[in-house]
Amino acid sequence: MSNRAFAAIAFAVAIAIAAASQLIGNEYFFVAAYTVLQFVILATAWNILGGYTGYVNFGSASFFAVGAYTSVALYNAFKAPLPVVIVAGTVTAGLVGLGVGYLTLRLRGVFFAIATLALSVVLYTFVVNWDYVGGARGAYIILPREGPFGLSRYIHLLYIAMVLMAAFALVIARAIETSTLGRGLAAIRDDELAAECSGVPTLRLKIFSTMVSCALMGMAGTTLPYFISYIEPSSAFSLSYAVNSIAMPLIGGMMSWMGPLIGAVLLGSVQQLVQVTVSSAWNLLIVGVLLVLFVTLAPNGIMGWVYAWRRRKER
Amino acid sequence: MRQPAGDPRRFRFDPMEITPALILNAVIAGLLIGGFYAAVSVGVSISFGMLDVVNIAHPAFILVGSYIAYIVNDRFGFDPILVSLVVSPLFFALGLGIYRVYYVCFERRGQESLRGLAFFFGILFITEVALVLIFGVDYRTASTAYTDTTLRLGGIDFPLRLVVPFAVSMAMVAGLQVFFTHTFFGRAVLAVAQDQLALRLMGVDPVRIKGLAFALSIATASVAGAFLIVIQPVQPSIGREYIGLVFAVCVLGGMGSIWGTLIGALVLGVAESFTSTFVGPSWAPAVSFGLLLATLAFRPSGILGR
Amino acid sequence: MLVKTVVTTLRRALGALFIGLALTGAAFAQQPPTLKIGFGMSLTGPLAGNGKAALIAMEIWREDVNAKGGILGRKVEFVYYDDQTNPSTVPGIYTKLLDVDKVDLVVSGYGTAVIAPAMPLMMQRNLTFMTLFGLNVNSKFNYDRYFQIMPAGPEPAVGWTRGFFDAAMTLNPKPKTIALVGADAEYPHLALEGARTHVQRLGLKVVYDKSYPPNTVDYSPIVRAIQASNPDLVYVASYPPDSAGMVRAANEIGLKTRMFGGGMVGPQFAALKTQLGPLLNGVVNYELYAPELSGKFPFLDKFIARYQERAAAAGVDPLGFYLPPYAYAMMQVLDQAIVATGGLDQTKLADYIHKSSFDTYVGKVNFAKNGEWAVPRVMMVQFHGISGNGVDQWKKPGVLTVLEPNAYKTGPVVAPFQDARK
Repeated sequence: MSNRAFAAIAFAVAIAIAAASQLIGNEYFFVAAYTVLQFVILATAWNILGGYTGYVNFGSASFFAVGAYTSVALYNAFKAPLPVVIVAGTVTAGLVGLGVGYLTLRLRGVFFAIATLALSVVLYTFVVNWDYVGGARGAYIILPREGPFGLSRYIHLLYIAMVLMAAFALVIARAIETSTLGRGLAAIRDDELAAECSGVPTLRLKIFSTMVSCALMGMAGTTLPYFISYIEPSSAFSLSYAVNSIAMPLIGGMMSWMGPLIGAVLLGSVQQLVQVTVSSAWNLLIVGVLLVLFVTLAPNGIMGWVYAWRRRKER
Repeated sequence: MRQPAGDPRRFRFDPMEITPALILNAVIAGLLIGGFYAAVSVGVSISFGMLDVVNIAHPAFILVGSYIAYIVNDRFGFDPILVSLVVSPLFFALGLGIYRVYYVCFERRGQESLRGLAFFFGILFITEVALVLIFGVDYRTASTAYTDTTLRLGGIDFPLRLVVPFAVSMAMVAGLQVFFTHTFFGRAVLAVAQDQLALRLMGVDPVRIKGLAFALSIATASVAGAFLIVIQPVQPSIGREYIGLVFAVCVLGGMGSIWGTLIGALVLGVAESFTSTFVGPSWAPAVSFGLLLATLAFRPSGILGR
Repeated sequence: MLVKTVVTTLRRALGALFIGLALTGAAFAQQPPTLKIGFGMSLTGPLAGNGKAALIAMEIWREDVNAKGGILGRKVEFVYYDDQTNPSTVPGIYTKLLDVDKVDLVVSGYGTAVIAPAMPLMMQRNLTFMTLFGLNVNSKFNYDRYFQIMPAGPEPAVGWTRGFFDAAMTLNPKPKTIALVGADAEYPHLALEGARTHVQRLGLKVVYDKSYPPNTVDYSPIVRAIQASNPDLVYVASYPPDSAGMVRAANEIGLKTRMFGGGMVGPQFAALKTQLGPLLNGVVNYELYAPELSGKFPFLDKFIARYQERAAAAGVDPLGFYLPPYAYAMMQVLDQAIVATGGLDQTKLADYIHKSSFDTYVGKVNFAKNGEWAVPRVMMVQFHGISGNGVDQWKKPGVLTVLEPNAYKTGPVVAPFQDARK
């Protein structure tokens, strides 16, 4: 299927889902679905660099926060409308990603991973000391009491935005995966030296995929301030975003765009359920245990099983 | 209630008197903390620098060390650092086990770069959550005979709470340096990093050597954990705050060099202390990590890099 | 083909999610006669210690109410979830409480960070919202059905910090310079802002004004920098780990100033009281209750004894002077308002709470227009005569002097800090 056809279908499906769910009267559905979809974007974004290229980013939370804080800055400056905020946050996070990639991607992969860790601390400190966006005290985003555009609640708008953004992220991920670019990235992942020797412009490709990956993470964060109304650095930089965006692709499978989607929907829903039933610290424990189990016992994730099963059937 | 425009607090030097004693105190305080940082980072310097095992869960093991020291100190009143030395063989054994899993599941398959990292990331989380489930999230402290004592020599303060860990840490780092340069086993570890095949030809099993060295690195976590709880109150999630720091120190000092790690740690400690004293403590973490990012960008081999 | 698989997977997953959530909700929704009160509470995460303590107090209230036959003849039942001290879980928790569990009333969890995310929802649905210890939340929302049980007063930051400055102004000669220092976090920044308004009002000169990251390891460089600027007063706004760090460093360096402390969170709890022990001697800091005042609040001693009994088993703060009495009082206000208005009409409840005065375990409570206490009542105390690290000395009067407010004063402030430490 061509990228254009895929994009058309993906957006059509997204719009259909968004429209159909307007029939659901229960507001909790939207809140829960919003959270899951946000992880779909994060996981997909992480996988563009982590899965396709083989570079581990521990700083998902910081790029997510860049998106969120761009929103806060624009909201404070001129109450910017949601679409403007989303685009601006995406671009800003992409530029930060570009900078980090440019600084560190010439080194061995593991240095990049460490640099992303350090970057979280630097960005966190920066936000804490930046009073315009609330600094350590946090910032408030006051939403109108009535929902916009005839929607009954504001969360519906956020939900629709999330559905569309998730579709967008999947379209981008699939486009990269099936293009020459994707093959170049796979070559880097399998053997960077060999790729370099056979004429793959490795540095340019790596920087590009870092930029796209970080931009999408930022995009996922842009609506966070609207979602929680009060944002402070420790919630925007929460490590749960970093863990989940790594665990979800690993559990779903990193080789194709479907892996992160499956991983995020599965793990995200489980976490939503656990939170309101078992509650407590078990939430993170489940993520951690699943991550370790999958990584040691099923290195290709759920999609790995699917492929193996399909191959067996063909035979 | 309004913040004054432009917020004059930032980047402004207050009308403080900068005396030689103040500078000297800043240096001493930085060195003492730097000694502690060295103990925290030396394990990663071995596992990551020498063996190429990117153990980002190291701080989690340090915290386990803190909590063990805490329990024994709380129940029986023994000194945390002594306790940690006694239990370090247990950590050594734990390290052997973890390396075994890591080797079988990742290193042998050549998947260490991505999945190995994720593996340690998972361990970090499981450990943290396990600590939360067992101990809760309250801050824990250990009390020692020297916690509240400060020596004062010519206007310079030496809080024993920092001096004792510093001294033990120096002994540990020096011991490790001697061990790696003057024993057969130590040299074999250094050789593993360079040429595994040559080592195999000499009749040494590189996997065994790596396992033992990794176990040694985990054993240092026990001691570093005791330092941690002597120096500051501990709760399960503070381990994360040290992930960045230990790697910063390792890279700053030069990968796999014990002396380099020590120098990196001391530099970081003094840099933080100076920023804290003269510019504003808010910027201390950014300074140290800015230093790391700059090192990565401009001199990735570190201060004492090979 | 692939697309179809994905779409069905997605649909099914969403469907399953929704059904699953609805089912878990249904499990709670079977007893119509009970009065269900819902809330999120931090049972894990950084503020879990306080969250659990608040929960114990609220459970005691629930038992008391049910023992006397419930409210309006309906037994009270709690529906609560762990918010993990993570604000992003809060919208989900409260929508679930209202839409799936169909609770009759909601109250807040503990702290600004988890109160604020619930506010938009409360405002959309016009619900009366009793909240537990958020600092100045309503200044941004201006919601007329928000009520705060923390006694910081209508201008929270100012009311919260006033006592320290009032006590300082009783010194002779009057202090002229001050150092302000605090952690980079929500509460300390707000407290420092409040302190700055007093500094301006009193014409003090600020010689040091900086904040530090909450995970700072060594506080001695900070205290040394403060000492180098030689202030008459040192106002500290901090969270528990850094409160301990600052007090330790002040002790190690032998900080010379006239008054030290003010806004440190931590010394209100047994954990820090016992950990620091004699190091707290001389420190001036805020408290919300002290055994010195037991005569002034008739029911509180008995409540605290009951709390202490359970706290020991639950492993939370064994003293319970800070948050638990107020958590109990919050429920008392709600209880009295429901009984007086004869139902759950949110408009009537809010109106009643605004215009009435409530007798609670923490004394008479009136609410100002913005939902804060009409008159601030934060106590400023000075510690002295603490010996050793035992917890029992804290359970009875004798280790502190109440300096402010005047109605509760038990003695004058002792200065300078070095003398007060003896």
